[in-house]
Amino acid sequence: MLKLPIYLDNNATTPMDPRVLEAMIPYFTEHFGNAASRNHPFGWEAEEAVDYAREQVAKLVGADPKEIIFTSGATEGDNLGIKGVYEMYASKGNHIITCTTEHKAVLDTCKHIERTGGEVTYLEVKADGLIDLTELEAAIKPTTILVAIMYANNEIGVIQPIREISAIAKKHGVLFFTDAVQAVGKIPVDVNKDGIDIMAFTAHKMYGPKGIGALYVRRKNPRVKVTAQMDGGGHERGMRSGTLNVPGIVGFGKACELARLEMADDAARLSKLRDKLQNALMQIEETYVNGNQEHRLPHVANISFKYVEGEGLLMGFNKNIALSSGSACTSASLEPSYVLKALGLGDDLAHSSLRFGLGRFTTEEQIDYTIKSVSETVLKLREMSPLWEMFKEGVDIDKIEWAHH
Amino acid sequence: MAYSEKVIDHYSNPKNVGTLDKSKKNVGTGLVGAPECGDVMRLQIEVDDATGVITDAKFKTFGCGSAIASSSLATEWLKGKTVDQAVQIDNMDLVEELNLPPVKIHCSVLAEDAIKSAINDYRKKNGLEELVFEEKVH
Repeated sequence: MLKLPIYLDNNATTPMDPRVLEAMIPYFTEHFGNAASRNHPFGWEAEEAVDYAREQVAKLVGADPKEIIFTSGATEGDNLGIKGVYEMYASKGNHIITCTTEHKAVLDTCKHIERTGGEVTYLEVKADGLIDLTELEAAIKPTTILVAIMYANNEIGVIQPIREISAIAKKHGVLFFTDAVQAVGKIPVDVNKDGIDIMAFTAHKMYGPKGIGALYVRRKNPRVKVTAQMDGGGHERGMRSGTLNVPGIVGFGKACELARLEMADDAARLSKLRDKLQNALMQIEETYVNGNQEHRLPHVANISFKYVEGEGLLMGFNKNIALSSGSACTSASLEPSYVLKALGLGDDLAHSSLRFGLGRFTTEEQIDYTIKSVSETVLKLREMSPLWEMFKEGVDIDKIEWAHH
Repeated sequence: MAYSEKVIDHYSNPKNVGTLDKSKKNVGTGLVGAPECGDVMRLQIEVDDATGVITDAKFKTFGCGSAIASSSLATEWLKGKTVDQAVQIDNMDLVEELNLPPVKIHCSVLAEDAIKSAINDYRKKNGLEELVFEEKVH
């Protein structure tokens, strides 16, 4: 039986896998020790659990366990990775290169750095959401210390050419940071093969708990250091003080292990379901897929339904289907998604977009239901849309002088 | 954010969706908003020339649920009113009736603009001077 509501917002967060919860529970009650307590079994148990989880996490991304710094999540990882490099390598330069479609945790960190005297170049993306490698290389200058480009985008799912980016950074002796929140656990990520120096990722996007993440910091070729952003007990090799979140770390470890073992099967199944969904919705006229479709996460599709407003569209089924829209009708600014705008999409198409994020627990039955609900709502709202009527009458909407507010 | 029941009702069963013949002299059309802002409303009234009573009202809206509900409710209120009475409809009446939250007040302002714009279109077509309204903040 189809169980409602259906969750298709897995880019925002994922449900926790019951196997992860099971692994965590003893560490709330029975094994509650502080991993930094060196003098009794409670501490030893906690430390052992953390060590094991650190190996599980490291193994998923091809890292050495010593290169994993536990954080509270990817926002902290982005801050620590970028500000940490900026401060640590201040004597080498003050210039950072990033791109306009990064997550706010990266963009706002970069803005903070600009306010403190740093210089940041924001690369534009092409219409398919990928950066231009020639532009990247051209932006590097003697003062450049870091290239910060995300692995995969949270709104459109496009995967940046990570290996090419890291090769360019390496060639110029610049460190490479990547926010890999949407990629780790979903597609193969290998810090060595991918040439990544610093990488932020988080448990709750891969069926683990919220409030725990990791920053990978390379120890060899080159040895990278980041300046701590919190002062305290000097945990995590001095880079991140604070008592370790042992149950969270145990859960993160388990989630990484499950992802490593099941990623290939999950991805194959989900890409089939995603393609079924996308192909069915594309049967509706004036419907567009946003972002590169070849270099894209297997479980994501971002689609614009022209002449229908996204939030209005969501309302047609949001009791039964959880989705996100690039429309920002609720925000005070009325500005739609900056990511979609960065692709060069008109505001009207950005307002008309839905993001479908499938996940480990998505079923074909749910996808069939979604296809039906979304299609019906689009058609119903178009009957109600003055823009659709104008389009059908051959009126060029772009030529109308709209009153802007 | 949860929608009020009245917004959901108008969204699910919108009243008076459609198009009136804008070539008719006694039909006034108001088209307000902009696709870039995520809201476009078209509201039309048909007026009985003899009595000045609005005999029919139709809308089409591109926008969120609150925008659709505001225009649907506006058309309901317009029918049976005289043009002079219709001018008096205030966006805050729509806000109150639909329980719109502060971030959705602009939807009601847009609906009020649509009413006024339709009335002025009707007046213009009938050789009457256009009314000047104080602009409301969206």
